[in-house]
Amino acid sequence: MLILPKSDIAPSDITPQEVYQERRQFLGMAGGLALAAALGGLSTSAAANTRQKFSGVISSKFGADEKPTPYKDVTGYNNFYEFGTSKSDPADFSETLRPRPWTVSIEGEVKKPKRIAIEDLYKLAPLEERIYRMRCVEGWSMVIPWVGFPLADLIKWAEPTGNAKYVEFFTLNDQQQMPGQRSNVLDWPYNEGLRMDEAMNPLTLMAVGLYGEQMPNQNGAPIRLVTPWKYGFKGIKSIVRIKFTEQMPVSSWMKANIHEYGFYSNVNPDVDHPRWSQATERRIGTGFFQKRQKTLMFNGYAEQVAQMYSGMDLRKNF
Amino acid sequence: MLPTTLTPAAVSRVKAILFCIALIPLLRLFVFGFLDMLGANPIEFVIRSFGTWALTFLLITLTVTPLRKFTGANWLVQLRRMFGLYAFFYALMHMLSYVWLDQWFDWAEIGKNIAKHPFIIAGFSSFVLLIPLAATSTNAMMKHMKRNWQKLHYLVYPIAMLGVLHYFWLVKKDITQPVIYAVILTILLGIRVVWRLQQNAAK
Repeated sequence: MLILPKSDIAPSDITPQEVYQERRQFLGMAGGLALAAALGGLSTSAAANTRQKFSGVISSKFGADEKPTPYKDVTGYNNFYEFGTSKSDPADFSETLRPRPWTVSIEGEVKKPKRIAIEDLYKLAPLEERIYRMRCVEGWSMVIPWVGFPLADLIKWAEPTGNAKYVEFFTLNDQQQMPGQRSNVLDWPYNEGLRMDEAMNPLTLMAVGLYGEQMPNQNGAPIRLVTPWKYGFKGIKSIVRIKFTEQMPVSSWMKANIHEYGFYSNVNPDVDHPRWSQATERRIGTGFFQKRQKTLMFNGYAEQVAQMYSGMDLRKNF
Repeated sequence: MLPTTLTPAAVSRVKAILFCIALIPLLRLFVFGFLDMLGANPIEFVIRSFGTWALTFLLITLTVTPLRKFTGANWLVQLRRMFGLYAFFYALMHMLSYVWLDQWFDWAEIGKNIAKHPFIIAGFSSFVLLIPLAATSTNAMMKHMKRNWQKLHYLVYPIAMLGVLHYFWLVKKDITQPVIYAVILTILLGIRVVWRLQQNAAK
């Protein structure tokens, strides 16, 4: 009998993970395409972009009475400069992003730096659906049914030290996957920050999907931040790094223009952006003859968040 | 190359063709509207489209004289008024779509916007200054005003500058588009500055 020495090289050491995963994805796609061709009538793009539904998502009490913005608008009208500065660029060009495999590293003022895979993030806390308003600093808004879990649960798991006063987030920095980063329109990687109490607020969501499905690339796959009482740009997308800090982080937009974008960036109809009014907003997807609607303080979430800013001059701390 | 001379009938034909071509941006918006192709924010699409076409026609109008001088095709000047009026037309549609579709005639809010926001001040003054130019664009007015007509119509230079500034200040971060307009305008104005300097030197 021939006994072969046990190899200490695992197949995964020979073929990098991304490569074999891509291969599998390709085989899956090819199979899907063949099937689609056999069935006929199925569009190839539908076969290529498999939209994965989450199972067992808890429906939550937040904003269930709001009518969500149509899926095609939520996924077709985005600001995600990593794929271009036009609103349709993210939908058109984000297929280069590979949201799996994906890990998020936790660092800074924590007991011990850690890394966590996206699959484990899905299991960190029960996934819930939250229907939130999203108000963009440019004066338009949407209602989006997110799927996610409270950032507070991630923070508890991360075990920050007593020095942690702020949480800073970073988007992936990779020109191959994010071709828009070849232009220096912003200081890459995109970063954002929250004060610890804002991060721990029950409204603050780590979103991993929308409309019951895994996050589309153009909306910040596979994981992004959602802070519905702040302007949309605070909702940093495709997060790879979370850092707990003692100092207030300086975000990409603050670096771009400190007079126009402050750290807090809370929705506030009384404090205009220097260049345009914030008093009203246009709700996307409501049709050509719908009037603009009044913007609400903290985007209508004052009850949940106003106490965090009591005593602060919101004109100065915009 | 452009023919240096053209019969009046040929000029009329060229004018008629260009008149129809210049209507395409307007027709395009109607077609897009009917086919539901104006995107997630149709009102912004319409306003921006009118705005960029107003600027484009303004730049085309300013191109007529340099092109005429460089090519010797003097008949080109007969197209200038039409381009200028199209610039006014698209600027008017831009204003109307803002006042109507975007603000629903909320004059208090519009007034506040004009007073407080530099990009709207620039755009609004550009539009207001265009009105007397459009109003005095007839042959009769040209004859009646004589030398003052030319003086008044020099306003087109600040109008174009304000228009481009309006675009610059509106854009959040990616200034590629406004830069393109600014570069073209700088060239068109630069040519005129050089001419003026040469003229003065020749005296």
